[in-house]
Amino acid sequence: MVATLIRMTRDWDLAEECAQDAFAVALERWGRDGVPRNPGAWLTTTARNRALDRLRRGATEAAKLREVAALPRTDDEPDDGADDGTVEDDRLRLIFTCCHPALPLEARVALTLRTLAGLTTAEIARAFLVSEATMAKRLVRAKGKIRHAGIPYRVPPAHLLPERTGGVLAVLYLLFNEGYAATAGADLVRQGLCAEAIRLARVLTTLMPDEPEALGLLALMLLHDARRAARVDDAGDVVPLEEQDRTRWDRAEIEEGVRLLDDALGRDSAGTYQLQAAIAACHATAARPQDTDWARIAQLYGRVAELLPSPVVELNRAVAVAMADGPAAGLELVDALDAGRELAGYHLLPATRADLLRRLGRRAEAAAAYREALDLVSTDAERRYLERRLAETAAA
Amino acid sequence: MRYALFVCVDESVEPPEEEALPTAWVQEMDGRGVRQFGSRLRPVADATTVQVRGGEVLVSDGPFAETKEQIAGFDILECKDLDEAIEVASQHPAAAFGTIEVRPLWED
Repeated sequence: MVATLIRMTRDWDLAEECAQDAFAVALERWGRDGVPRNPGAWLTTTARNRALDRLRRGATEAAKLREVAALPRTDDEPDDGADDGTVEDDRLRLIFTCCHPALPLEARVALTLRTLAGLTTAEIARAFLVSEATMAKRLVRAKGKIRHAGIPYRVPPAHLLPERTGGVLAVLYLLFNEGYAATAGADLVRQGLCAEAIRLARVLTTLMPDEPEALGLLALMLLHDARRAARVDDAGDVVPLEEQDRTRWDRAEIEEGVRLLDDALGRDSAGTYQLQAAIAACHATAARPQDTDWARIAQLYGRVAELLPSPVVELNRAVAVAMADGPAAGLELVDALDAGRELAGYHLLPATRADLLRRLGRRAEAAAAYREALDLVSTDAERRYLERRLAETAAA
Repeated sequence: MRYALFVCVDESVEPPEEEALPTAWVQEMDGRGVRQFGSRLRPVADATTVQVRGGEVLVSDGPFAETKEQIAGFDILECKDLDEAIEVASQHPAAAFGTIEVRPLWED
C-alpha cells in the first residue's frame, strides 16, 4: 500500500503518514460499521484520499496533485486482484529506488528494511547497533535526497538494469550476512534479518523471473540458512562444516535451494551468486563430510575467481584443492598467496596454512602458524577454535 | 530538474589536451537540450576569495578550500531525473581522469 501511495504522490513521508492515517481511521470506522468487503482496497482508497487532501493544501505541490489526479480512481476497484500487476510494479520500483547507487550504502539498507520489509525505525536501529535517533536521521536524509536530487521512482531502463540489479542483490546479500553473522546470543531482530533478506529475495524473483542471479542469490541464502542451527554449539562457538551435525540441517530449505539453483543454472549465464550457491549446494547435499565433491568445489571457485578476482576467493580455492588433491597441493597455493602479501593481516590465511601443515605432520610450523593466526583473530568463538587446535598440535 | 555539474580535476596533472577539452560533449549536450549553460574556469592561481567577518571585507588570493582537485569548470543541466544527469556527467571527458560532482539546484 505504501508503495502504491509513493508512486501516486512521489512523496515518501506523505505516503507513510497517509497509510498510518488510513489504519487509524479504519480502527475507528470498522469498529462502528463493521469490516468492509475488501479491507485492503478500502485502506488504499482511504489513504489515497488522505494523500489527495494533503496535496491540495500545498500550492507548491500542484505538480504532484496533477500526478495523483491523473491516475484512475480506485474506489470501486473490483476485488479480484485485477490491479495486482500495478502493485507488483510498484514494489519493484520501490526496490530499485531504495537501492539507488546515489544513496549511501547504509541508507539503502535502512530504506529497504523500512519501506519494503516494514520494520520500524527502532527495529532497524537495533539491528545495526545504532541509536534510534541516528537511524531516524539516516532515513530522513535518504528520503530527502530521493526528493531533492531527483532519484527516479522507477525500474531502470534496459541499459542500466544489469548494473542496478547487481546493486539490489548486493543490498539483500548484505542484509542476509548481517543476520547470519549474529550468533545465538545476539538480538533476535538481528537474526531476523536473514528471514527478511530471504523474503525480499523471494519477492524479487517473482518480480524478475528472468533474472538468474536473483534466483542464484535466493538459492545461496537458503542453502546457508539451512545450516544455521548446526553452525554454532551451545556455548556459542563456531562448529566447522565437517563437524556439524548434518541431521540438524533444514532439508526443505536445501531442497528448495537446489531446485532454484538448477533452474538458474539451466539458463546458461552463471554469475557469482549462482556459482557460490553451487558451492554451498556441494556441501549441503553431501550426506557425510567425506562425500563432499571437493574437485567440483575447487573448479567452481576457479570460475568465481575469473568473474571476481580476489585473494579471499583464491584462499577458498586453495582449501578445496587441498581437500581434492591433498594438503601439499593446497599449501602450494596458500604459500603463493602468502608471498603476494595481499592478505596480510587476515587471520584465515595463517589459520589455513596451520591446518594444512598440521595435516602434513609439520607440527612445529603448524603451531607457529596457529600462533600467527591467534595474533590477528578478532571474534572470541574463532579464537577458542584456534586455541583448541594449537593445543592439539602441541600435544600430539 | 536542474543540476549543476562541477568538473573537478587535479590542476598539477596535465591531461592530453585534445581528450581534456569537452568541445564535442558540449556540442552533443547542447544539441540534446540538456545543457543550459556552463564554462571552463581559469586556474585557481587566478581565484580570489571574499569573506565578510565582523563587517570587514576580507579578500585573499587562492581558492576557498585547499584540496587536491579543483573546480575546473561547471555546467547547468536540465534533466528528467538524476539518472539522466549521471549519464550526461559520465560522458564528460574529465570524468575519465577527474571527478564530476552532480548537485541539484536549490529550487522549490
